[in-house]
Amino acid sequence: MMEPQKEAYRAEAYEILSELETSLLALEEDPGDTELIGRVFRALHTIKGSGAMFGFDDIAAFTHNIETVFDLVRNEKLHVTKMLVDLTLRAGDQIRGMLDSSDGGAVADTSRAGEITSALRELIPEPGDPAGQVPPKTLPATEDEQVERTYRIFLRLDREIFSRGTNPVLLLNELRELGECSVIAHTEAIPNFEDLDPEQCHITWDVILTTRRGLDAIKDVFIFVEDECELAIEVIDEAGPEDYDVPPKRLGEILIERGLVSQEDLQEALGAQKRVGELLVDKGLVEPSRIESALAEQEHIQAVRSKHQQEEQASSIRVPAERLDALVNLVGEMVTVQARLSQTVASMDHAGLHSISEEVERLTAELRDNTMSIRMLPIGTTFSKFKRLVRDLSGELGKDIVLVTDGGETELDKTVIERLNDPLVHLIRNCIDHGIELPGVREAAGKRRQGSVHLSAMHSGANVLISVTDDGAGLDADAIKSKALEKGLITVETELSEKELFSLIFAPGFSTAGQITSISGRGVGMDVVKRSIDALRGSIDVSSQKAMGTTITLKLPLTLAIIDGLLVKVGDGHYVLPLSIVEECMELTREDVARAHGRNITHVRGGIVPYIRLRERFAITGNAPEVEQIVITESPGGNVGFVVDSVVGEHQTVIKNMGRIYRDVDVISGATILGDGTVALIMDVPKLVQDVEAQESLAH
Amino acid sequence: MSKIIMTVDDSASVRQMVSFTLKQAGYQVVEAVDGRDALSKIGGSGAHMMLTDLNMPNMDGIELIRQTRANPSCKFIPIVMLTTESQAEKKQEGKAAGATGWIVKPFKPEQLLAVVKKVLG
Repeated sequence: MMEPQKEAYRAEAYEILSELETSLLALEEDPGDTELIGRVFRALHTIKGSGAMFGFDDIAAFTHNIETVFDLVRNEKLHVTKMLVDLTLRAGDQIRGMLDSSDGGAVADTSRAGEITSALRELIPEPGDPAGQVPPKTLPATEDEQVERTYRIFLRLDREIFSRGTNPVLLLNELRELGECSVIAHTEAIPNFEDLDPEQCHITWDVILTTRRGLDAIKDVFIFVEDECELAIEVIDEAGPEDYDVPPKRLGEILIERGLVSQEDLQEALGAQKRVGELLVDKGLVEPSRIESALAEQEHIQAVRSKHQQEEQASSIRVPAERLDALVNLVGEMVTVQARLSQTVASMDHAGLHSISEEVERLTAELRDNTMSIRMLPIGTTFSKFKRLVRDLSGELGKDIVLVTDGGETELDKTVIERLNDPLVHLIRNCIDHGIELPGVREAAGKRRQGSVHLSAMHSGANVLISVTDDGAGLDADAIKSKALEKGLITVETELSEKELFSLIFAPGFSTAGQITSISGRGVGMDVVKRSIDALRGSIDVSSQKAMGTTITLKLPLTLAIIDGLLVKVGDGHYVLPLSIVEECMELTREDVARAHGRNITHVRGGIVPYIRLRERFAITGNAPEVEQIVITESPGGNVGFVVDSVVGEHQTVIKNMGRIYRDVDVISGATILGDGTVALIMDVPKLVQDVEAQESLAH
Repeated sequence: MSKIIMTVDDSASVRQMVSFTLKQAGYQVVEAVDGRDALSKIGGSGAHMMLTDLNMPNMDGIELIRQTRANPSCKFIPIVMLTTESQAEKKQEGKAAGATGWIVKPFKPEQLLAVVKKVLG
């Protein structure tokens, strides 16, 4: 569409240029003729303005400088001289040259343009317009903001606004296009009929708008009227699913925020039993339409929120959990078959089959990850259940406690989340019962009356960390020690670090609470927690500071069904160690063993690492190879090595539960099927270490 | 019924561009070459809106706006002026005379249509 118009511009520009020439020559005769000066200015102005519009940016930029000079002349800041006329004539020729070249003519000499421009600049007495360039053609586009916000817009237009051709309805319509919008008109200011001037605007508006477009987009709506109106835009609500825990503002709060009533008025009104809005109107404190407007705001925000929740629901489908479990099982089988395929292909010499096998391997891994992610659920649903628990329990105990949660969007395997519920209930109960003091005690200690329990979840590698933190009294190390002595868990000589001491609270039958309450104190809670977390292959960490509070952190694996394992061999059997705890692998020679003088320790970069011989542990017959391997793993009490015959490599391990007969074998957490169909046992490393430690201490 | 818009500009190319853009968008267009021409046509044209340049021979845009507003049938129609970035004070003058809004030259067809939609609905 632009081409014929470019042609039109070119034709017009030639015409203007010859007119410009005539005007300039006449101006040389009569330098004071303002009519002529105006004509020259307009000619230049048109060439520039239209030039930029039709894509002749070079012409527009060049002409801008000449126009600037003539603007000065027009305002009598500069006089017409022969020099100026000369330069302008030459500039006209230059523009003509540029027009020619744009039509396929010879390329215009840009150096001459520069010459003319600098000569013109010298004529300008002051730096004048130092920019010398055509400003950006378009206003920067307002970027759509991702965040959805709700704004309250108050608008009062100038009474005479109609006489400027402004239609307020269009402004409101434009706002409606930006997003979900509630408009409330205040008509109280409209005079009685006999005094009414229909050509004046007496209405004011409150608009509640929810949009992603940001403040600038809203301000743009009012760009033509910004000098003739009273406009106030405030953010009153920001989207974010977590905020929805906060109840929408009450009517009274909205009115106070808007400065329509004072806190005292509201309190007084609330004393009586009637709806706040009606009361305030009855008292003549607020006009009915203001109340209506505030109510509309409340409704609007509720509507927006419920819409959000609906959207969230609509974007997901419900699938029975069994189907998912079936899918995971199938994927597990698939991974196993794929492992067999890879192993078989590896022993063949067939390039084509190799590449197919590799592709199957890649797809299987992707399928596995995707299937696992389907089972992932945000932990937030569990978190929100605890709100009620905290509220009820703290009320029962006469404490004032608030539950704060974050990281609710952290995803965990569905099974893990389900099995996490009870341990978390125990931990939170303990915080409320033992951790946080009574309000009076807290105040005496210079703390806030209201205690808080902070529940948070976050990812950390292949694990999720869930921590329960309270700002209560903290653990009493001395009390724990004397209790442990009393229960016979430790002896007087036992030297324990603070951490070890704290972990005693998870020992069976341990409770420091002097008095048994309905909630806790029987000493069954914490060891149950420990056992549940162990069953999930997780670990517990306690840290506490006296008078400051306690943090209990649970470290859990992301998923239970498939793990990355390290496959090792001892004798004829295969075993799997979870790769997440493997630190490194080393060789162990006969000489190393001889040097240790019968103790099961080895040196790793100057440090000493104890090891466990799986061959001995599992009573495997046959001889160990000349050079054995040590797999060094990270254990709660420091690194521990496992001596094996050989390390096979990384293995995608689909965990299968062992049959009922093996239920009491706790050093094995499950089994997996290898590519060739044989079974490998998955070792429960922390259990194995504990087991060995227990035996050693018995032997001594 | 399509709305009628009067475009006033002494530059034929600008008039052409404005007309073309507006007609494409379904408006009827009445052209005028300067203020005096516009004033003589506006009464009978039944225009719903006016787009005017400010720098024009015979009668400039400011005077045109003032006189148009004096005409009872045009008292409330939107009037948009075409200005250049260097004319901030002109913008004020135009608003005082009764202009509804403005478009900064140079502008693109889409920008023109956005402003027309803004003031005309």
